[in-house]
Amino acid sequence: MHDSAETRSWTAVCALDDIVPDTGVCALVDDAQVAVFRVGERDLYAIANVDPGAGAAVLARGLVGSLGERIVVASPITKQHFDLRTGECLEAPQHSVRVWQASLRDDGQVLVGTVPR
Amino acid sequence: MKLVVIGNGMVGHKLLEELMAANHADLEITVLCEEPRPAYDRVHLSEFFNGKSAEQLSLAAPGFFEQPGLELRLNARAVGIDRARKQVLTAAGETLRYDKLVLATGSTPFVPTIPGNDRPACLVYRAIEDLEAMTDWGTRSKIGVVVGGGLLGLECAKALRDMGLQTHVVEFAPRLMAVQMDDGGGRMLQRKIEELGLTVHTQKSTLAIVDGEAARHRMQFADGSHLDTDMIVFSAGIRPRDELARQSELGVGERGGIRIDNFCRTRDRDVYAIGECALWGGKLYGLVAPGYEMARIVAAHLGALLQRTQAAPLPEFAGADMSTKLKLLGVDVASIGDAHGATPGSRTYQFSDERRQVYKKLVVSGDGKQLLGGVLVGDAAEYGTLLQMMLNGIALPEAPEFLILPSADGHARPGLGVDALPASAQICSCNNVSKGQLCEAVSAGARSIGALKTATKAGTSCGGCVPLATQIMKAEMKRQGLAVNNHLCEHFACSRQELYHLVRVERIRRFDELLARHGKGLGCDICKPAVASILASCWNEFVLQKEHASLQDSNDYFLANIQKDGTYSVVPRMAGGEVTPDGLIAVGQIARKYGLYTKITGGQRVDMFGARLEQLPSIWEELIAAGFESGHAYGKSVRTVKSCVGSTWCRYGVQDAVGTAIDLENRYKGLRSPHKLKFAVSGCTRECAEAQGKDVGVIATEKGWNLYVCGNGGMKPRHAELLAGDLDTPTLIAYIDRFLMFYIRTADRLQRTSVWRDNLEGGLEYLKDVIVRDSLGLAAELEAQMRLVVDTYECEWKKAVSDPQTRRRFRHFVNSDAADGNVAFVAERGQIRPATMEEKRDRSRRIPATVEAP
Repeated sequence: MHDSAETRSWTAVCALDDIVPDTGVCALVDDAQVAVFRVGERDLYAIANVDPGAGAAVLARGLVGSLGERIVVASPITKQHFDLRTGECLEAPQHSVRVWQASLRDDGQVLVGTVPR
Repeated sequence: MKLVVIGNGMVGHKLLEELMAANHADLEITVLCEEPRPAYDRVHLSEFFNGKSAEQLSLAAPGFFEQPGLELRLNARAVGIDRARKQVLTAAGETLRYDKLVLATGSTPFVPTIPGNDRPACLVYRAIEDLEAMTDWGTRSKIGVVVGGGLLGLECAKALRDMGLQTHVVEFAPRLMAVQMDDGGGRMLQRKIEELGLTVHTQKSTLAIVDGEAARHRMQFADGSHLDTDMIVFSAGIRPRDELARQSELGVGERGGIRIDNFCRTRDRDVYAIGECALWGGKLYGLVAPGYEMARIVAAHLGALLQRTQAAPLPEFAGADMSTKLKLLGVDVASIGDAHGATPGSRTYQFSDERRQVYKKLVVSGDGKQLLGGVLVGDAAEYGTLLQMMLNGIALPEAPEFLILPSADGHARPGLGVDALPASAQICSCNNVSKGQLCEAVSAGARSIGALKTATKAGTSCGGCVPLATQIMKAEMKRQGLAVNNHLCEHFACSRQELYHLVRVERIRRFDELLARHGKGLGCDICKPAVASILASCWNEFVLQKEHASLQDSNDYFLANIQKDGTYSVVPRMAGGEVTPDGLIAVGQIARKYGLYTKITGGQRVDMFGARLEQLPSIWEELIAAGFESGHAYGKSVRTVKSCVGSTWCRYGVQDAVGTAIDLENRYKGLRSPHKLKFAVSGCTRECAEAQGKDVGVIATEKGWNLYVCGNGGMKPRHAELLAGDLDTPTLIAYIDRFLMFYIRTADRLQRTSVWRDNLEGGLEYLKDVIVRDSLGLAAELEAQMRLVVDTYECEWKKAVSDPQTRRRFRHFVNSDAADGNVAFVAERGQIRPATMEEKRDRSRRIPATVEAP
């Protein structure tokens, strides 16, 4: 592996198979809790795991679905919806969360960007 | 103003409600009630036999008689009126001064003057005390006779039959319900009633009641025949209670009744009479709706005197429509307007179906344009439509016969679109609610029949108008562009009930398949758990298997209840609340080992809080090793069956409540449903398990079990209702199977049984028809569905901990064994609790969330 800026900015967190389709897992990335979601077979999204409304690290355990064109996760505690692409909280924009880049490596590893977008 | 009201029956009480609601400043009311309790619902009096208590039948809202300016005297009988001094004399010798007096004395049952009518076990059917006497004699009798085949008589006959007596109805007239029915209707009604095992004797005049041979009494009839019976209940009509008015010369009719004018005043301007004791236009009104109307008129009249206003014209009594619809012994019977075709020149149309035992008749005006009346027996579905057509003078269609003929050959029945009704049309006659008021309530936000009832009181007395009120609500919502939309969410354009049907009929076992065929988008947190629940109710596959896992709410996904800080609570099943000392010790040891907070739940088991995700499998491994199973506290499913100790230990118990509770809990554990389900079993009528506050409540009787359904505690308490009584255990279980599956099949998402029942068209009677009488022919199917669920039960936790794939999901970080640093506890009363935000910042007080060293 080369020591390029590009590889350094990604962290492999798990294998794609570690995430049940249409659910999320929580990954520790540079001391931050990141909720990583697999939607369908290969689409990956990553947002902060802490639900600011509840103060609990639970978003990875929420139900994934769609509202109109948005792909969202519903917080298991407050039931508020977070847009997986933007981190926006639909019901309370002041509770919106950070977003990370997520992608799939050829060997099937799920990568999360080390710096929030 | 000093107002004295004599009588606290339904009508007298309505007057008090109207007056108190108006908040008059200068009004002191004294109410004399000769009964030992305030007003109760006589219309639903027969429910006393189904276990409703006097308190439950009470019409007085809690605290009603504590209001200032209102004094109720119970067991207080008025014996005289001194109109010159404006005083009422009571049996206790007291005198009460009045400015205005209202007689609401009601009526007494008419007992024919037959020698022997005062023998023991010769009773009447009027007050709660009479019903208590009936129950009492009923236990010592084999045969019972009701004298009188009218409305009340048939209701009374049902009560005797339900007590297990051989029941006879003896009627003087040539047919049953002679006032409301014509010959054809009376005959059909009689045949249906006789099929239920009752014996009807018409044209029988009783000469004497003497000692019987085969039973306590013998009734000797004018035609020479006789009938032996153990008890006799007279229900041969009512007579107005007008003695006080007679004594004080207030003016009574030849055949009784206190004469009143349009404002319900007697010939003395300071004395009013309302309800069954009052005679208006030569007529007595024995129904509650006209009585309520009189109460409203007097309240308005007194209100105007108090306010000294002369503004709007005061309401006047103008007679009342005596149409009725009811279910007698399970038979629908309705009588509308001129049922006998007494109007000169009127024409009739009749339809009779001997096989289905349905009889229908229409009476129309000579020119065929107006509906004058009708009779319906065996099927009274058209009652609402016909009544509104008659009351509102809506022009009849070309061929009025099609209004009652069964629809065939694609001929649509000419319906009365509710749009045809004027806003003034009275829909609920009991509570005087018009179509306009219903529409206003819809505009103000009432969007379900339950909400509409709360907002307007329509349909809350006799319930006859509920189907029509529902139609009006739906039409109004449509008119206002409030899509009458029971779509589950944006992904499925159908209701939960329809989805359930699709899943079953098309044998769909996967969410993806259902979404592809009937939905769109990806699904969401509304439809996914709802469909997961439907799939589990229908096919009972493991909720965490790959295809179903992503549909589950966090609670179902991790088989535990998520708490505010993201930790979980763990509840092992303790069926019936029974647990061995070893079991308790094991629970205690596990809770101590994992540092969990423990609390006893309302469902008689132990809840352990503060478990972190990664701890759940090992906690469960230890619970399973100690013999425990999942308690399904996390699911929309059967939770607990609470019980008292029952006959095993208790001096009062009559059945084994704990044993039955355990059997029920083990039978239904794991059943997924639209919402959670709570049960209880009480070992006697003292009801220590509080079964009447549960979705399914079972109460022991000497003979077996009474089954109550659709109760609720919580936010909106609702008493459960008796579905069936004195059941043996196999029948009890069959009925619960049917009830639960019928609920699962038809309820909305997250609708508890109580709300489901409030919105069920046809109400309790319909539910009894479906569950007990199997009117839809569904019983076997519902029981078979339940059998599948019972037979395929598996403990979800046993399965989860033994499957490595599932077990791997129970960790907080996918890429680290670290614990969630966001979770922190502090100590309180010797246990943990979640730290507040402030406490989390002050790290010194935190308790490390670690596992005790083994």
